[in-house]
Amino acid sequence: MEIISAVAILGFLGLVFGIGLAFASKKFSVHLDPKLEQVQHLLPGGNCGACGNPGCFGFAESLLKGSNNVDDCRVCSEEIKEKIAGILGVSVGKQAKKIALLHCGGGVKARDKYIYDGVHDCVSANMVLGGQKACVFACLGFATCVKACPFGAISISADGLPVVDKDKCRSCGKCVSACPKKLFSLVDSSHSVYVGCSSHDTGKNVRAVCSAGCIACRLCEKACKFDAIHVVDNLAVIDYNKCTSCGECVKVCPNKTLKTR
Amino acid sequence: MNLHEFLSIFISAVFIYNVILSRFLGLCPFVAISKETKPAFAMSAAVTFVITASSAVTWVIYRFLLLPFNLAYLRTLSFVLVIAALVQLIEMIIRKVSPALYRAFGIYLTLITTNCAVLGAAVLNIDMFFVKGKPVVGSFYYSLFQGVCMGLGYTLAMLIMSGIRERLEFCKVPRALHNFPIAFIIASVLSLSFMGFNGFKF
Repeated sequence: MEIISAVAILGFLGLVFGIGLAFASKKFSVHLDPKLEQVQHLLPGGNCGACGNPGCFGFAESLLKGSNNVDDCRVCSEEIKEKIAGILGVSVGKQAKKIALLHCGGGVKARDKYIYDGVHDCVSANMVLGGQKACVFACLGFATCVKACPFGAISISADGLPVVDKDKCRSCGKCVSACPKKLFSLVDSSHSVYVGCSSHDTGKNVRAVCSAGCIACRLCEKACKFDAIHVVDNLAVIDYNKCTSCGECVKVCPNKTLKTR
Repeated sequence: MNLHEFLSIFISAVFIYNVILSRFLGLCPFVAISKETKPAFAMSAAVTFVITASSAVTWVIYRFLLLPFNLAYLRTLSFVLVIAALVQLIEMIIRKVSPALYRAFGIYLTLITTNCAVLGAAVLNIDMFFVKGKPVVGSFYYSLFQGVCMGLGYTLAMLIMSGIRERLEFCKVPRALHNFPIAFIIASVLSLSFMGFNGFKF
């Protein structure tokens, strides 16, 4: 007898909950576009926010609405973009890939002015007299950019400087905004020459604190056949509209401040 | 039923027998979602809500279905059923009402189903507020209130833990202890300090 009541009660409970849930799922049903899931599945899922949406899910939603186009995602490979465009029934525009560059060659070559023993973070270190490096423009090397990179593309090398992995970098720009010294910039991967220094100090002062900095000697200006490099405010600046990446300036640079990647 | 009783339920559920740090229930979200305060708080709010709702429903089922038919031994089974259905229902409602909150919870909302703190609360209510198969006076209100308080205790533990772990981000933790190992050490120290509410017995 007891077994019957046990089975009956449990069966009754199960039935009530089952019917209740079935009813609730009808009442609270949310219509989801099947394309949304397909698109979201293809997106990288790094939630970097470079497209201007809150994460990849938001991007997928705005793709379906048509307020963004596939090319706004800087992270996807061309292949994936084609696939997403196929689902949405649109075509993809081509865009050159940009890669983050570090404009500092200091690291172990830049002298310290004091020993910093605080929180292991560039922003914090920067608050104490602009960091421990004698050069106020120099990379502090506490890897704030490494932590900021959602794709694990940055690592600190033996020289104490961050190195960007070209293949992993997705040009989301997180490192550009994370660096308190503003040492990163995004440059088209077709340009290989860049200035590895951000110091606006005069040549004499740069020499006193760092063996890798731009001393504003203007040798690069003279070597450039395309009028693409100029020393402005004691620092070489490359005009990427004119630069052909011939590498003449890199050869003459005495401090090896100009670099190729 | 008096105020004194409610106060003692509050103190014991939140501090002395804190659901995480003294009873060791619901440990997996305690370690998994305590890295930042915001999701930790959201998770605690969801758990508090589910514990409270399930305390009420399980009490009714135990009192009016299981006891009259002498089926008290089925309580674990039927409570699990209640909790699972309840979480499903809440998930549907949240999904409809606030998609942003739904996304923030992610998988953890569904995981509350298997959070032992919820079942623990339901079973504890039965153990504490039923004497020899009869509910004590005000038993339903005590159960409901104890559900809320256990939720608060859960929230307290989650907030302490997430606060500490947020600060830990700025510390030089030895590499081997990074992330989870240090979290376990902190959890044990916290637990020891909550044991202090219990008093020492020699």
